[in-house]
Amino acid sequence: MFAIVDYDTGNTLNLQKALAYLNVPTTLTADPAVLANADAVLLPGVGAFGAAMAALEQRQLVQPLQALARSGKPMLGICLGMQLLFETGLEYGQHAGLGLLQGRVVPLPTDRGVKVPQMGWNQNQLQRVNSPFAAIDQQYTYFVHSFYADCPAEEVVASVHHGVAVPSIVQRGNVVGMQFHPEKSGRVGLAQLESFRKMVVTNDASSN
Amino acid sequence: MLAKRLIPCLDVADGRVKKGVNFVDLTDVGDPIEIAAAYQQQGADELVFLDITATNEHRKTMADLVERVSRQVFMPLTIGGGIQSVADMQRLLRAGADKTAINSAAVAHPELISAGAQKFGNQCIVVAIDTAWDEQQQRYRVYTHGGQQATDLDALTWAQRCVELGAGELLVTSMDRDGTKRGFDDRLYQALGRVVNVPIIASGGAGKLADFTDVFTQTPVDGALAASVFHYGELTISDVKQALRTEGVPVR
Repeated sequence: MFAIVDYDTGNTLNLQKALAYLNVPTTLTADPAVLANADAVLLPGVGAFGAAMAALEQRQLVQPLQALARSGKPMLGICLGMQLLFETGLEYGQHAGLGLLQGRVVPLPTDRGVKVPQMGWNQNQLQRVNSPFAAIDQQYTYFVHSFYADCPAEEVVASVHHGVAVPSIVQRGNVVGMQFHPEKSGRVGLAQLESFRKMVVTNDASSN
Repeated sequence: MLAKRLIPCLDVADGRVKKGVNFVDLTDVGDPIEIAAAYQQQGADELVFLDITATNEHRKTMADLVERVSRQVFMPLTIGGGIQSVADMQRLLRAGADKTAINSAAVAHPELISAGAQKFGNQCIVVAIDTAWDEQQQRYRVYTHGGQQATDLDALTWAQRCVELGAGELLVTSMDRDGTKRGFDDRLYQALGRVVNVPIIASGGAGKLADFTDVFTQTPVDGALAASVFHYGELTISDVKQALRTEGVPVR
């Protein structure tokens, strides 16, 4: 069972539909005990960084999520959910993130001849060869965002170019983030969710 | 670099896909879910569903349709036709739509654009503009109600206003070209590209491969929408993408 963090931030239903299509059972929950018992925790999110962190705090989920990540629980942040994995967000002020990955979330530059938000299909360049997500290389995925992760290269699995190099997949051990929407990226996106599932199964096998 | 998008448009009435030529003469071409899945398979970048009957009853049918399509098809979905309120938008977005397109209601109540953008984000709000060249006034004039009612609005001014109000994308149909297969109205999209900085989707006039290469090489549009050429298999998505690639246009 994959637990999707329910904190009232945007469309979790399409993510559930994609996982249902892959025959992965999901539950939508804000209960730390349910999150702790799940095989993996998925953190979706649409909207602004500060508001999303406030919503997690209000539900007293910040510390449980940090503790679960540090205990080795596989975790996947998607779109804004990926951005929340970092230390700081600079959207409408400065906000602390979950701090599971090094880096900060900053606005996409508007002076590079590209439109902001980045909205559409962009081509991934693999940056980390030995990755469970390596099949992303050269594939297009669907993005909708105005901020991006400015982070050390060691966190980055793949990136796309949109005025600047935009990390599209980040990973540190059990903590993974996807800036694009795998649930809206056709078979490539479904394959990436499948890769995450394989990572979860492998993680489970190695911890037993 | 972002790929240029090819967007089949599915006109929906009574839960079936139709295509009106010049907004009349409906022809049944099939089941929305099967067609959507086939287009995903072919490599379409996005789908637009337009409810061309747009009564209250049909709006509910449309939300059901989106709900069913989004269980089988994992690509961006834009829904338009008869959307009157933020509540209509919310119902469609909750059902699985990524964007909602508003047309006549935006002209009648421009504040609907800002209300939707504030609630759901600019990226969810597409304003659809139907326009035709007015030879006498030497400008593009905006039409509403499926092209049946002329307004006094100038299309370029209206496009700018939509963006100021929070439209995240503009879907602009040339009524002069719609259904003619004489190519997109490149002059219209060049003019629009000079005045707005949000994605523009060209619509109306697609007939042959060169129409797509022309609109993407001669104008700054981000996507091109077509219906009958795709629905009847006159062109496939992959034929068009191959032609675009040859011209150096980035496609998925």
